[in-house]
Amino acid sequence: MTQKPFTGSNSLLRSLEHEGVETMFGVPGGAILPAYDPLLDSPIRHVLARHEQGAGHMAEGFAMATGRVGVVMATSGPGATNLITPLQNAKMDSTPLVAITGQVGTTAIGSDAFQEAYTTGLAMHCTKHSYLVTDADDIPNVIHEAFHLAATGRPGPVLVDLPKDVLNTPTSWSEPTLAGLPGYKPTAQGHPKQIKAAIDLIEAAERPVLYVGGGVINAGGSAELLEFAEAVNAPVVTTLMARGAFPDDHRLALGMPGMHGTYTATTAIQQSDVLICLGARFDDRVTGKVSDFAPQAKVIHVDVDPAEIGKVRNADVPIVGDAKKVLRSLVDRLLTKRDAADAPWRKDWFETLDMWQETKPLSYVQEPDGPIKTQYFIERLQKVAGDDVVIAAGVGQHQMWASQFWSFSQPNSWVNSGGLGTMGFAIPAAIGAKAARPDDTVFALDGDGCFQMTFQELITATTENIPVKVVVFNNGGYGMVKQWQNLFYDGRISASHLPPDVPDYPKLAESMGCVGLRATHPDEVDVVIDKALAIEDQAVVVEVVTDADEMCFPMVPAGGSNDDIVMSRDDL
Amino acid sequence: MSQHTLSVIVEDKPGVLARVSAMFSNRGFNIHSLAVGPTHVPGRSHITLVVDAPALEQLKKQLHKLVNVIKVQELQPVETLESEVMITRVSCEPQNRGQVTDTAALFGARMIDLSPISMTFEIAGTPKQLASFVEHMKPYGIMDLVKSGRVAMKRLSDIEPAVVGASARDRT
Repeated sequence: MTQKPFTGSNSLLRSLEHEGVETMFGVPGGAILPAYDPLLDSPIRHVLARHEQGAGHMAEGFAMATGRVGVVMATSGPGATNLITPLQNAKMDSTPLVAITGQVGTTAIGSDAFQEAYTTGLAMHCTKHSYLVTDADDIPNVIHEAFHLAATGRPGPVLVDLPKDVLNTPTSWSEPTLAGLPGYKPTAQGHPKQIKAAIDLIEAAERPVLYVGGGVINAGGSAELLEFAEAVNAPVVTTLMARGAFPDDHRLALGMPGMHGTYTATTAIQQSDVLICLGARFDDRVTGKVSDFAPQAKVIHVDVDPAEIGKVRNADVPIVGDAKKVLRSLVDRLLTKRDAADAPWRKDWFETLDMWQETKPLSYVQEPDGPIKTQYFIERLQKVAGDDVVIAAGVGQHQMWASQFWSFSQPNSWVNSGGLGTMGFAIPAAIGAKAARPDDTVFALDGDGCFQMTFQELITATTENIPVKVVVFNNGGYGMVKQWQNLFYDGRISASHLPPDVPDYPKLAESMGCVGLRATHPDEVDVVIDKALAIEDQAVVVEVVTDADEMCFPMVPAGGSNDDIVMSRDDL
Repeated sequence: MSQHTLSVIVEDKPGVLARVSAMFSNRGFNIHSLAVGPTHVPGRSHITLVVDAPALEQLKKQLHKLVNVIKVQELQPVETLESEVMITRVSCEPQNRGQVTDTAALFGARMIDLSPISMTFEIAGTPKQLASFVEHMKPYGIMDLVKSGRVAMKRLSDIEPAVVGASARDRT
C-alpha cells in the first residue's frame, strides 16, 4: 500500500493544531469531507452537533467561557448558510470565532453546483474578514491570519472557505507568517496625552460612573478594572455583555444599566458628570433616546475599535486601545490614589446612589403557593449552586432576569447573546462552555420559546458526554413578545402563545438521553435544584412552570428617555 | 449632504472592491462615483471614491476596519488633482462637422469615431471641464455619453490648473 500524499486537508488539520485548537464543533457534508478524514488521526476533539447553527453557538460558548478562539466547521451550501446566525451573533458580541467551510470545487464555483452558495459573499456582512482559498499552499498562512484576526484588536468571527479540490491537492506545510496583512494594525496602547486628559477629568469629577462593556472581558481586564475603580472611587455599571467583569457584591457595583437595568445603574449614568466608557458601544438598549442620554456628562470613551468612538455619542476624551492596557496606564498614571478609607471623597454622590438602591431595588413577589417566579428560581439556584457556575442564557425575559438577579463574581461566567438577541442560543452555547470547562457546572437558563429552537443539541450533549444542566422556564409563550403586546398593543396577544403542556419537557429530555425534572410549586424549587446538581454524568433538563403573566421590570420603553423608567406594572 | 473625495489604497485581492462597496450599502452611505485600478506598486490598487455622506469620520473609520484596506485619505478640493475620462457621441450631419470639430478643439477633445450621422469624442479633464464640454455640445444633440469615474490624488504644488480650455493631458 502506497502512502497517502499530504494534502490541503492535512495542512488544514496541521494548521489548526499549530494554533493550539483542542476542541472544535461541526457537522460534516460533501464538500468538507476531505477535512473529516485526517480529523480521525488528529488529537483535536470534534464535537458533532446536530445542526450547524448549534455547532456555531457551541463554538461561541466555548470562546465566551474561556476567552479563546472558538472553531466551527461545516460543509458548503446549507452548511454554510446555517452558520450565518452564529457568525452575525459573534460579530455583534465581538466573540473570537474561526469558521471553516467546505466549498464546491474551484472549477464548479459559479455554476450553481450541488450545495453551492456564495459563502464568502454571504459572510461579507457578518464576519470581521473572510477568505476563499484557491491554492492549497496558502492554507498555513490563511489559517494563521484567521486566528490572528479573530483574536486581536476587536475580536470577531473570521470565515475560511475551502473548495473541495483545494483540500485534495498535494501540498506541504511550512511555518506561517502574518506578512499577508499589511493593512491590519490594531492600536493597543492608549495615547499618553489622552490618558492624561482622562485622568484630569476623572479626578475633578463629582459624579463619575464607569460604564463597562464586554470589551473589558475580551481584553481580560477585570483585575485592572477593579484596581482602577477602587483607586478613583467611582461606581461601576456593567452592561449585558460585561456581567462578571466586576464583582456584583462590591460596594462600587451598581449592576446593569439600560432598558431592563437597575434603577440605580441607569439613573447614575443619567446624572453623571463624567462618564467613563470602557469597551462599550452606547448600544440603543443602554442609551434609550440618545439625545436624552447622560445629558450633563463629559464622555471618556476607551475602545479598541476606533469606529466605535464617536459613532453614537461624541467623546470628549477618545482613547483608542485595549481596555486592559488602557486601564493599566490609567492606574499607573493616577496622581492621587485613594481607597475605601477615603469615603468622604464624592460623599454626596454615594449617598444619592445608596438612597436609590434602597428605595428603588429590583423586586418581585413570590407568593408561597405559586406560581413560581423565574426571578425566585434564579435566586434560589445561586444560593444552592454557589458562585462557581457558568450561566448561559437564551433571549427574552428570562435572560434579563438572569442578568438582573444573578450576582456575578467572575468574568467569562456569563454566556449570552447580547447584540443580535438570538433565541435558542443558550443550549448550544452551554454545551460549548461545558466542553471547554468540563470541571465546572454549566447551566443553560432558557425559555420555552428558546428551548424549542435548539433543543436537538441535547442529543449532542448526551452522545458527546457533555453534561450540561438546562432550566426551561415555561411560561407558555414568548414572554417578552407577550409583554410588549400587553404594554404597547392593547393586550392583543398575537402569535406569542405556546401551549405549556406540548411538548412534555421531561419526557422529551428523557428521549434524548437526559434526566427530565419538573417543578410547578415554589416548594419544589429547592428539590429540583438539589436533584439537578447531584447528577454529574448526564445532561439534565429542569422544566420550571412559571407565572405566565409576569413582566420584566424595570423597563425603559423602546425609544424613550432613560429618565422615564417604569418600575412596575403599577407605574403604567 | 456634501460630496467628499476619498483616496483609498487597498490590497489587490479578489473581492476587495465588493467589500468596499458592500460596506457602503451596509452602513447606508451612497457612492456617487468610483474608479479603481492598479498602482505602480505590485499588489496595491487605488480606489477613488466620491461619496455623499454626512459623517465622513465614521465612514473613514469603517473603511479602515476592512482588513484589505491599507490607507484612507480624504482629499480636500483645493489640494486635489482630479481627472475623469468621458466618451461622448454627438449627433452631427456632415455639413455641421466644422462647427462641432471647432468646439471640440477648444476643449482639447479627441475625435475617435465618425459616422454619417455622428462624431464621437474622448475628453479627459476635471468634472467642471467635462460639464462645460457637455453644455457646449448639447445644442447639436448628445446621442450617448459614458464617464470613467473620477480618479484623484493629492496635489503637492500650489500651481493652479487652467480651468477652461485645457484637458488634463494638455497640462502635463
